[in-house]
Amino acid sequence: MFKRIRALIIKELQTLFGDPQSRILLFMPLVLQTALFPFAVTLDVQNNTLAVLNRDAGPASIELIQRFAQAEAFTQYINLRSEQEMRSTIENQDALLVLYIPVDFSRNVAAGHEADIQAIVDGRRSNSGQIALGYVESIIQSYNSERLIEGGQIAPSQIILRHWFNPNLNYKFFVLPSLVAMITTISVLIVTSLSIAREREQGTFDQLLVSPLTPGMIMVGKTVPAVLVAMIQGTMILLAAVIFYRVPFEGSLILLYLSIFFYAIAVSGIGLLISSVCETQQQAFLGVFTFMMPAVMLSGYAAPIDNMPRWLQVVTEANPLRHLIVIVKSIFLKGSSTGFVLDHLWPLILIALITNLAANWMFRRKIA
Amino acid sequence: MNETEAKSKALSWRRLRALCFKETLQIIRDPSSNLIAFVLPLIMLFIFGYGINLDSGAIKIGLLLEDHSEEAHRFADSFYGSRYFSVLPAQNRQQLDQEIMDGTIRGFVVIQQNFSEDLERPGNSAPVQVVTDGAEPQLAAFVQGYTQGAWQDWLTQRNLDQGIRAPAEIGVQERYWYNPSAESRNFLVPGSITLIMTVVGALLTSLVVAREWERGTMEALLASPMSRTEFLLSKLIPYYVLGIVSLMICVIVAVFVLGVPFRGSIFALFLVSTLFLLTTLGAGLLISTLMKNQFNAAQAALNLAFLPSMMFSGFIYEISSMPAPIRAVTYLFPARYFVTCLQTLFQAGDLWPILLRNSLFLLVSGIVLIGLTARFTRKRLD
Repeated sequence: MFKRIRALIIKELQTLFGDPQSRILLFMPLVLQTALFPFAVTLDVQNNTLAVLNRDAGPASIELIQRFAQAEAFTQYINLRSEQEMRSTIENQDALLVLYIPVDFSRNVAAGHEADIQAIVDGRRSNSGQIALGYVESIIQSYNSERLIEGGQIAPSQIILRHWFNPNLNYKFFVLPSLVAMITTISVLIVTSLSIAREREQGTFDQLLVSPLTPGMIMVGKTVPAVLVAMIQGTMILLAAVIFYRVPFEGSLILLYLSIFFYAIAVSGIGLLISSVCETQQQAFLGVFTFMMPAVMLSGYAAPIDNMPRWLQVVTEANPLRHLIVIVKSIFLKGSSTGFVLDHLWPLILIALITNLAANWMFRRKIA
Repeated sequence: MNETEAKSKALSWRRLRALCFKETLQIIRDPSSNLIAFVLPLIMLFIFGYGINLDSGAIKIGLLLEDHSEEAHRFADSFYGSRYFSVLPAQNRQQLDQEIMDGTIRGFVVIQQNFSEDLERPGNSAPVQVVTDGAEPQLAAFVQGYTQGAWQDWLTQRNLDQGIRAPAEIGVQERYWYNPSAESRNFLVPGSITLIMTVVGALLTSLVVAREWERGTMEALLASPMSRTEFLLSKLIPYYVLGIVSLMICVIVAVFVLGVPFRGSIFALFLVSTLFLLTTLGAGLLISTLMKNQFNAAQAALNLAFLPSMMFSGFIYEISSMPAPIRAVTYLFPARYFVTCLQTLFQAGDLWPILLRNSLFLLVSGIVLIGLTARFTRKRLD
C-alpha cells in the first residue's frame, strides 16, 4: 500500500515540478510577493503632501508651519493662496490634508485666547486622513506644551508609551508572518483542487480509479505534495522575513512547522472537497476563489478581527487562515508559549479532520 | 496563407454573433461563472460592508491602578467613560502581561503607586505608563491616540476643577469633505467593487482561451473561417456584458442595502467601468493566450491580476505612503485608476479633471493589453 501511494506521490511531484512553466508559477509569485507586498502594506501615513492656506502672517502661524514641514509624515508642502486653490487641491487629490489658518490666529495666540486652525480632510481617504490628522494634532500638542514650559509651567503628568513586540510599529513585522499563511493557502488550494479537476478533464482520473488505489489513497497522494509545497514555501518566506526584513523570530520553529503542517492538511481538505464537487478546472478554480476571498478578508490580515461585529468574529473561528495567522504572528513576534499555540492549533486540527472527512465522503459518493 | 490572411480581415456579423452566442451559452450553462459573477460579489460586498472596518470600535485595554487615591480613580474614569475603549480592570502586572501575550487586550495603562503624590509635587511630572500590542500595529496606533485623548480630557478637567487657568491652547477643528462622519465603509465598498470587477474580468477570461487550447476545440475554431478579430471580440463581448451586469448589481446593493452614497452620474460610472473592463478583460485574455493551460493561467491570473489589485490599487493601503519604487509599480496595475474613479464617483460626484486623467490611463492600458493579446493570438497550430 505504501509503495502505491509513493508511486502516486512521485507522479504528482513530477507533474508539479516537471513542467518549467508551472515550476516558475509556483515560485515566481512567491518571490515577487515577498519582495513587493511588505512595502505596499502599510496603514501608516508617510511621504504625504500637506497643503496650507495661511491667512495669517503672524509669528505663531509661521512657527507652526515650520514644524509641519519638518514632520516625517509630510514630505511635500503646498502653499495655497486662495479658497479656490484649496478646493481644487482636495478635489484632485493633490494633498490628503489641507490646513486653514484664520486671519486672527497669531493675534489670538499672543493674547492667550483660544485659537483654532481648521483641517480639511479628503473623505475619500478618510482613514489615511485620520492618521495624518493625528500627526498634525501631535505636532500642535507638542507646540502647546512647549509654550507652557516657556510660560514657566510644567505639565503635572506625562505619558510614557511603549509598543511591545514591535517598538516602532513597523508594518513589515505584521505583514511577513501573515504572508507565510497567505501564500501557502493559495498554493495548497490550487495544487489540490486543480490537479484533480485536471485529471478529470483529461480523463486520467478514470485511470486512477481503475488502478488498485483506493479513494483514500488517492487523497493521500494528492495531499502530500500540497503539504510539501506549503512547507517549502513557508520556509522560503520565513528565511526572507528573518534575513532580509529582520523580523524578529522569538518562538519555536517546531511549533511553527507543526502549525503549518496541520494548516496545510486542513486547507488541502478544502481543496479536495471543492474538486470533488467540480467537473472542470474552471469550476475548481472559481470554487477555490470563492473560498479564498472571504477567508483572506476575514483572517485579520486586511482588517483587525477586533473591529468586526461580534457575530462575524464568531464566524471567523471556522476560518483556518485566521488561526494560522494568529499562531505565526505570535510565534514570530511574541515567542508564544506552547499552551497558547495549542489553543489555536486544536481548531486547525478539528477543521482538518472535518474537511478531509467531508472530502472523502464526497469522493466515495461521486464514484459510486 | 495569403488566402486565410485575406479572409481573416473580414469581420462578419453573422459569424461574430454565432461565436458570441456559443460563448454566452457556455457562461450561462456553467454554474461556476454565475457563482463568480453574481454570488461572490454579494458575499464580498457584505464582507466589505460589515466585516472590514478600519475605523476603530471599542478597543479592549487593561487598566491597573497601583494607586488608589481619588485622583487616580478620576483618571481611570476618563478611560471607562471613553467610547473608544472597553476597559478590563487588572489586579497585577502578571495578569496584564498574560493578557497582552494572548491578545485578549491590545494595550494597557498603569497608574503607578505614588501617582497622586507626584502629581501634587511642584516641578514634577507624574508618569502614566501605556503599553500597546505592536503585533497589531493598526490597533496599537489607535490605543496610542485614544489614551492621549483620554489623558488630555482628564488633565483639562483637573485644571478646571482646581481653578488653574492654563494658557489657551491651539486646537484643530476637523472637517471631512465628502464623507463627514469619516466612515471607512464609504470608501471600502466602492474600492471593493474594483476587486469584484477584476475577478469577473480577469479571472473568468484568463481561462477561456486556455480552455479552448486544452480541450482541443481551438483546432476546430481554427479550421473555421473565423478571423482573429472575430475570435477576440467573441471572447470580449459576452464577458463585458457579464461584467456590466455584475457591476450594476454591486452598485445597487452598495447604494440601497449598504447605504453608501453615490453622488456621480450613471454616465460617468458607465464610461469608467467600460474602460476598466476593457483593461481587465484584456489582461485576462492575454494571460490565457500566453499560458495555453488552465492550471497555469489560473495561477497567473491570481498572482498578476487579483492580488496586485488588492495590494497596489490604493483601496486599503494608501499609495502615497509606499516607497517610491513600489509607487512606480502601482502605475502598472489599472485597478489603481479605477479605484480612484469609483471613490470619487461615489463620494464626491463627477469631478471631471480627476476622472478624465484616470480614464486616459485606463484607455491606454486597455489598448496595450488587447493589442498584445491580438499580437500573440495565433491562427495556426505549432
